[in-house]
Amino acid sequence: MVPVTHIVFLSTALFFIGMYGFLTRKNLITMLMAIELMLNSVNINFVAFNKYLFPGHLDGIFFTIFVIVIAAAEAAVAIAIIINLYRSHKTIDVDAASELKH
Amino acid sequence: MTAHQIIFYILAATILIAGLLSVTSPKIFRSAIFLLFTLLGVAGLYFWMDVEFIAAVQISVYVGGIVVLVIFSIFLTEHAGKEARKAPAVRTIAAFLATLFGIILGYLVISEYPFASSTVAFDPSVSKIGEAMLNYGDGGFSLPFEVVSILLLAALVGCIVVAMKPGIVTKNEKNEENK
Repeated sequence: MVPVTHIVFLSTALFFIGMYGFLTRKNLITMLMAIELMLNSVNINFVAFNKYLFPGHLDGIFFTIFVIVIAAAEAAVAIAIIINLYRSHKTIDVDAASELKH
Repeated sequence: MTAHQIIFYILAATILIAGLLSVTSPKIFRSAIFLLFTLLGVAGLYFWMDVEFIAAVQISVYVGGIVVLVIFSIFLTEHAGKEARKAPAVRTIAAFLATLFGIILGYLVISEYPFASSTVAFDPSVSKIGEAMLNYGDGGFSLPFEVVSILLLAALVGCIVVAMKPGIVTKNEKNEENK
């Protein structure tokens, strides 16, 4: 049997890979993809804790379902904003969107 | 090592390598494809943990929905083979160091923590999930289910409003004025 530690370590590594992508990317779509990686790592944790530590309840499963739903809504809204930004700026570089900067 | 363990380590390697390539690949389209492999690996991990419903949701929502949406928007906004602009070297090094320290710190904390494994049987069958989703009593998720459906509707309307061309609204208004 694989210890829970290994699964949690896998999700930690995936979370920090997503964080690395979020910090180094300049393109809005690739930053969105990095956020998806981070959300996925959280889902792995929820399911693993539910299965191995609290198998009597289904709370982790439900949190995973809701996180997936909210991630889908977030991706749709983000892509709508990105396409709108592309229409007005002809680029989706984060540095181009500086109107709200002080 | 049993087959169960070997499958876990293969899946873990797939997830981590594809995820790493997804955030480092210079071509945007390739990084979307690597993201697809990462998400499929996570779905495989759910199958490995015997939560088939979550695995099915993962495949249909992430692989079938979000990745396709991302690839469409890449084609709408970029030339497919174009290389992404790189961040300055200082930021790359700082992000790499932050990632490294985060992983090491996480590893130290996780390896020290005693996870008390439980021996109760785990039954995530679809019928149990469905019953809990409709149950408004103790252990039920009826209210969050309704809240999330309102959120989805709001996101749907918000997407249409945000992505709509500003010209469409004014044209309709003009037609009404002409009448």
